[in-house]
Amino acid sequence: MQRMPTVSLLDSPLPVPGSDDDVLRLIGPTGERTPNSDLDPWVSDVDDDALVRMLTDMAVVRRVDLEATALQRQGQVGLWPPLLGQEAAQIGSARALREDDFIFPSYRETGVAYCRGVDMLEVLRLWRGAALCGWDSVKFGMGTAQIVIGAQALHAAGYALGTKLDGSDAATITYFGDGATSQGDVNEALVFAASFQAPVLFFCQNNHWAISEPVRVQAHAPLAGRAAGFGIPAVRVDGNDVLACLAATRRALDRVRSGSGPAFIEAVTYRMGPHTTADDPTRYRDPNELDLWKAKDPIARVEAHLVSRGHDAEELRAQLQRAADEMAARLRREVVQIPDPGPLDLFDHVYAAPHEQLERERREYSLYLAQFDDSARFEDNPGGPGGKDGAAAPQAAQDTEVAR
Amino acid sequence: MSGITFAKALNEGLRRAMERDPKVVLMGEDIGRLGGVFRITDGLQKDFGEHRVLDTPLAESGIVGTAVGLAYRGYRPVVEIQFDGFVYPAFDQIVAQVAKLHYRTRGNVAMPLTIRIPFGGGIGSPEHHSEAPEAYFAHTAGLRVVSPSNPQEAFTMIQQAIACPDPVVFFEPKRRYHDTADVDLDAEPATDPRVLPMGSARVVRPGTDATLAVYGAMVKTALDAATAAADEGISIEVIDLRSLAPLDSATLEASVRRTGRLVIAHEAPRTAGLGAEIAATVTERCFEYLEHAPVRVTGFDIPYPPAKSERHHQPDLDRILDGVDRVLGRPNSLSGVPADGVEASGGGDEHRA
Repeated sequence: MQRMPTVSLLDSPLPVPGSDDDVLRLIGPTGERTPNSDLDPWVSDVDDDALVRMLTDMAVVRRVDLEATALQRQGQVGLWPPLLGQEAAQIGSARALREDDFIFPSYRETGVAYCRGVDMLEVLRLWRGAALCGWDSVKFGMGTAQIVIGAQALHAAGYALGTKLDGSDAATITYFGDGATSQGDVNEALVFAASFQAPVLFFCQNNHWAISEPVRVQAHAPLAGRAAGFGIPAVRVDGNDVLACLAATRRALDRVRSGSGPAFIEAVTYRMGPHTTADDPTRYRDPNELDLWKAKDPIARVEAHLVSRGHDAEELRAQLQRAADEMAARLRREVVQIPDPGPLDLFDHVYAAPHEQLERERREYSLYLAQFDDSARFEDNPGGPGGKDGAAAPQAAQDTEVAR
Repeated sequence: MSGITFAKALNEGLRRAMERDPKVVLMGEDIGRLGGVFRITDGLQKDFGEHRVLDTPLAESGIVGTAVGLAYRGYRPVVEIQFDGFVYPAFDQIVAQVAKLHYRTRGNVAMPLTIRIPFGGGIGSPEHHSEAPEAYFAHTAGLRVVSPSNPQEAFTMIQQAIACPDPVVFFEPKRRYHDTADVDLDAEPATDPRVLPMGSARVVRPGTDATLAVYGAMVKTALDAATAAADEGISIEVIDLRSLAPLDSATLEASVRRTGRLVIAHEAPRTAGLGAEIAATVTERCFEYLEHAPVRVTGFDIPYPPAKSERHHQPDLDRILDGVDRVLGRPNSLSGVPADGVEASGGGDEHRA
C-alpha cells in the first residue's frame, strides 16, 4: 500500500509561542554579554553609566509596583496591575523613544510612563479611582491607559497616519500583550498600518499569560510570525534584556522613521505577578514556571553584568535601594492626599461644547445635594458638598429657579 | 442652487468643510475614486487628493479606531459607514473610545469626529442595509446624534457636525438621497441667522390639534400626513427633531403645551426607542397639559424584514394618521380594543386595589 504523503504544516513540530530560545539577546540571564552584529551598533553609545541609569529605572519602577500592590492591600488603591518581571521590556523600549514620538499604551505600562516623566502619583490616581486617567496625554505624548484590550493599536495606526500626512518623522509606538494579539482591533491595526505604510511600531510584550490563559491559547506559533502575513517586518527579542530591548526598539524606530512603514517587536518576557491584585495565579500557574523565570530576572542580570565589569555589588545595590526607597516613601505619603473628585465634577468634560440636557441633570443633582446637612452626609469626602461644589450648590439652585 | 439632490447637498457641505479646514479628512470604504456607494463623496478625492479622502481597508472598527488616532493628532476625521447595519463592528470604538475620550482625559483630548451613517429602509435592500440604529448612540453619553431631513439642512448640518468639537453621529435618511430641492449654498452655518444651531428642533408645520415629532426620512411622511389631516379639519404641528441627542425638549414642550397631544413616529423598533424617551420627557414636564397619553407610531419590535415586507414595518401616512386619531380620541384601529389587562381586572381603580 502506498504511504500517504505527510502534510508538513500539520506534522512538523511548530515553535512554541512562549519559548525564548530564539530571541535576540545582548545580556543573558547570568549577566554575560553576547555580541550581536545586528543589535550592537544600536547601543554602541551605552556605557556602564547609561546601563546603571536603566538599571535604576527598572529598580524604581519595580518598587513603584510593589508599593502600589501594598497600597492596594491597605485599601488606598482600588486595584493594581503589576508589571513585575516586565521592567526591561518597558524601560528598554521607552528609553529608545524621542520626545516627539507618541505612545499608545495598555494599562500595564507603568515603566513606560515613568520614562516619559509622568508622576507616578498620577498613575496611582487612576487606580485609586479618583480619575479615569491621571496624566495629560498631550503634554506627555502618551495616550490614556487603555483598558479595552487592543483598542489602542488602532489609535496608534491612526496617529501614525497623521504624522505621515503632516510630513513629520515622529514615530508612534503602541504597547499590547499576547492576549491582545487575538483581538480584531490589533489585527485591523496591522492591516491599516500596512495599507497606509504608517510609521508605527507595534510592541508586543508576550508575558505568557492573559489572566489565566497561557499564550498557547492565543497562538500555536510565535506571535512575531504573524506580522509577516501583514507584510510587516518583525523580530523576537529577549524582553528581560533591557539592552536588547533598547537596541531592537531603536533599530525598528529608525526603520519606521525612514518611511519604510510599520514594524513589529515581540518582547518575550514574563508576568511574574498576578494579572491584577484581584487575581490569584496559584489557581492556574505551575510554581516551577515562576522559578524558571525568576532565574531570568531582568534586574538581577544587569546587576550581575555590571559586577562582572568591576562594579561593587554592595554599593550598586545600596544605590538602587536609596532611589527606590525615596520613591516608595513619597508614594506612601502622598497617595492618601489625592482628593476625591467633587460630586458635581461628574458632569465635567462629557462634552466640549455646551449641552443643555446634561446641564439640567447637573442643576437637578446640585439641588438634591443642597437638601442635606453637608458635614453629616459627606464628612469623609473632602470634595463633597462641604467642598467647592457644595459651596456652589445654593447658587446653582437659584440658577435653576430662574431657568424653570 | 436650484434643484439639487439631498446627496449633492451633502457633497457640497463636505466640500465647504474641507475647504474651510485643512484638518478635515474623509475616510471610508469606496469613498475615493468611486465617490461612495451613494456618491456622497463624488469628486472630492479628485479635487482634494488622496491624503484628504482616504479609501480604507474593509473594517469598520479599523476605520473608526484609526480616526480616533487622527483626532489625537489634531485631525478632524469624517468617517463614512457604508450602511447602517455595518456599524456594529465599530460599536466598541464608538461607544468605548470616541464617546469617552474627552471625559477620560478631563478635556485634554478632543474627539471632533463625524460618523456618517446612511440609515433607514424604503429602498428595497437586502438585510443589514435598512436599519435604524440611532437609539444605541443616543443612549451613549459623550456622543451627539443628529439627522437632517431635507437637502438644505443636509448641506448646513453636515458642516455644523464637522465643526462641532464633540463627536457627532450623523444619520442620513438614505431614501431621501434623491429628493430634490433648491438649496442656498451661500448659507453660512456659523453666522447666517436662518441656519438653526445643530441641537435645535424645528417646527416645520405649525398646527393646533396635535404635535407630531419626527426626524430623518419620516419628516416628509409626517408633512404629507399633516396635509391629509388638514383636509379633515385636523391641524397637526410637525416638529423635525433634527437632533436626537441632545433632544431639544424646550421646542417639544412648548408645542405640546399648545396642542395638548403628542404623536411620535420613527422607523426604528418601539422598545427603548427615541419615542420612549420623548414620551417620557414630555410626560414628566408637561403632564398637566396633556389631554391624552403620548402615542408612538414606530417600526415593530422585529429584526428588519425582507424588502417585500418593509412597507408593513415602516410607519406610513395612514399609520401616522391612525396614531393621530388615537391621540385625538377619534375612531381608530384600536377603538373598542381594551389595553392589556385593564378590562380583565375591571378598570383602573379596581386594578390598583
